[in-house]
Amino acid sequence: MVSSTTRQTATDLDVAAIRADFPVLNQEVRPGAERLSFLDSAASSQKPASVIETLDDYYRRYNANIHRGVYQLSEEATQRYEAARHLVADFINAPSARECIFVRNTTEAINLVAHSWGRRNVNAGDVVVLTVMEHHSNLVPWQLLAEEQGAELAFVRMTPEGRLDLDHLDTLLTREPKLVAFSHVSNALGTIHDAVEITRRAKVAGATVLIDGAQSVPHLPVDVQSLGCDFLAFSGHKMLGPMGSGVLWGRRELLEAMPPFMGGGSMIRKVELSGSTWADVPAKFEAGTPAVGDAIGLGAAVEYLSELGMDRVQAHEHGLAGYAFARLGEVPELTIHGPKMTEGRAAVFSFSLGDVHPHDVAAILDSENIAVRAGHHCCQPLMRELGDVATTRASFYVYNDHDDINRLVAGLGRVRQIFGSA
Amino acid sequence: MADSLYKEIILDHYRSPRNKGRLDPADYSHEDVNPLCGDEIVLDLRVKDGIVSEVAFEGRGCAISQAATSILTEMIEGRTVEEVKALTKDDLLEELSVPISPARMKCALLGLKCLKAGIYGVGHMHDDDL
Repeated sequence: MVSSTTRQTATDLDVAAIRADFPVLNQEVRPGAERLSFLDSAASSQKPASVIETLDDYYRRYNANIHRGVYQLSEEATQRYEAARHLVADFINAPSARECIFVRNTTEAINLVAHSWGRRNVNAGDVVVLTVMEHHSNLVPWQLLAEEQGAELAFVRMTPEGRLDLDHLDTLLTREPKLVAFSHVSNALGTIHDAVEITRRAKVAGATVLIDGAQSVPHLPVDVQSLGCDFLAFSGHKMLGPMGSGVLWGRRELLEAMPPFMGGGSMIRKVELSGSTWADVPAKFEAGTPAVGDAIGLGAAVEYLSELGMDRVQAHEHGLAGYAFARLGEVPELTIHGPKMTEGRAAVFSFSLGDVHPHDVAAILDSENIAVRAGHHCCQPLMRELGDVATTRASFYVYNDHDDINRLVAGLGRVRQIFGSA
Repeated sequence: MADSLYKEIILDHYRSPRNKGRLDPADYSHEDVNPLCGDEIVLDLRVKDGIVSEVAFEGRGCAISQAATSILTEMIEGRTVEEVKALTKDDLLEELSVPISPARMKCALLGLKCLKAGIYGVGHMHDDDL
């Protein structure tokens, strides 16, 4: 057995204390069974009590629509909703909170850009550059746009070790794409892409740059100003926030030039039967009554993560990645997909276990109270590239520790036992 | 739960699937996938005098999807088309004789969906119509 290579330091996260903050992790899932090892945070994270209590407080005490009521409840709801926007803006170092639009999730954020910016700026014959490693949420909206506008999609290839081929990116950039859109961290392989360098090259080529931050914003310090991108999309529910919370950050001059995504209440300045004019950003992109409590809950999640410190979160997960890499390497017939090293790799592990189907692996692990994802991880083209129909994925977060990894390895031993592997 | 699901009948049919292969030509043929976990099945039938004379399937996926389809092929070989049409998901689940949780139901029913869609000549069968 490989022991941890990370030393305990004063800056290490106190995982036991963190776990105590998460009600889901402290319940008995099956009577008499071991505690839950939740290893599917890349799909959606668990929520700390502070976030749950924030939601509860909103609905119990000041539930009201925002930006219109002149009564006390509505004023408090409005104030807290806007305070959450500032918390989110500070979290990603946005120059202005007005550049942060509340949406439901990363998918909605990217669809907003595709519909609004895309229809205005991507025309017949134009090229949009994506990568072969994208989640469906950063692929299908662009397929729809390309079909509608007669544009062409081009895909940056992957190297055999699961990284983006930047020479191929350079080749595609000679075609002067209108947009380069890529994930900061691959949800399927855990690869951390060099987002600064990709953005720099894309900007030199004159492209607008969208970064899918669904797997990066929850796990490492993300600073939109040092990234240099034009849009950043991420989900609140993957970063300890409520389901149905997400954010699109966009450069202000772009957002101001873009037409609305959805029409309705709140997003207008003046409405006449013959036509309307639009509210300023971000209201222009938040038509209708938003998920007020969820946005405020996301603010509480950001406060929780900020208190832990994203540098420490990143260091913690890097330590877990190293330990998981070593321990999984001890399991016979187990193949880890993606980078075969822990540098430039998030604590996300997609693997195959001999010829046992991932669904069977996950079902047996579940019977040991270990929750992992099995499937194509919303990356069907990438899975085809790997030659597997699906993989099993274990992903880690602030409430996971070495014990979770030890239990995973033991559970995989049980899978091999049931399927009669040597 | 793993012990009750991965019983010998499932593991046996998974390791040694019956009627594995393709029939060319076939009288009925249908392919379907379970997008949740990527299970794939293509099922071929030959019918002679109203009776299923030959059946074969190709596919890849989890033990439940592949074993259930293998078991299904044994259930329908030699039966009349009318009997096959009358087959319900409960008939199949009873034959599997292991507890199928809601999450694994799509796996267990994929082969039956191919069979029904093929024999009725429709593009796709919904789980609820089986």
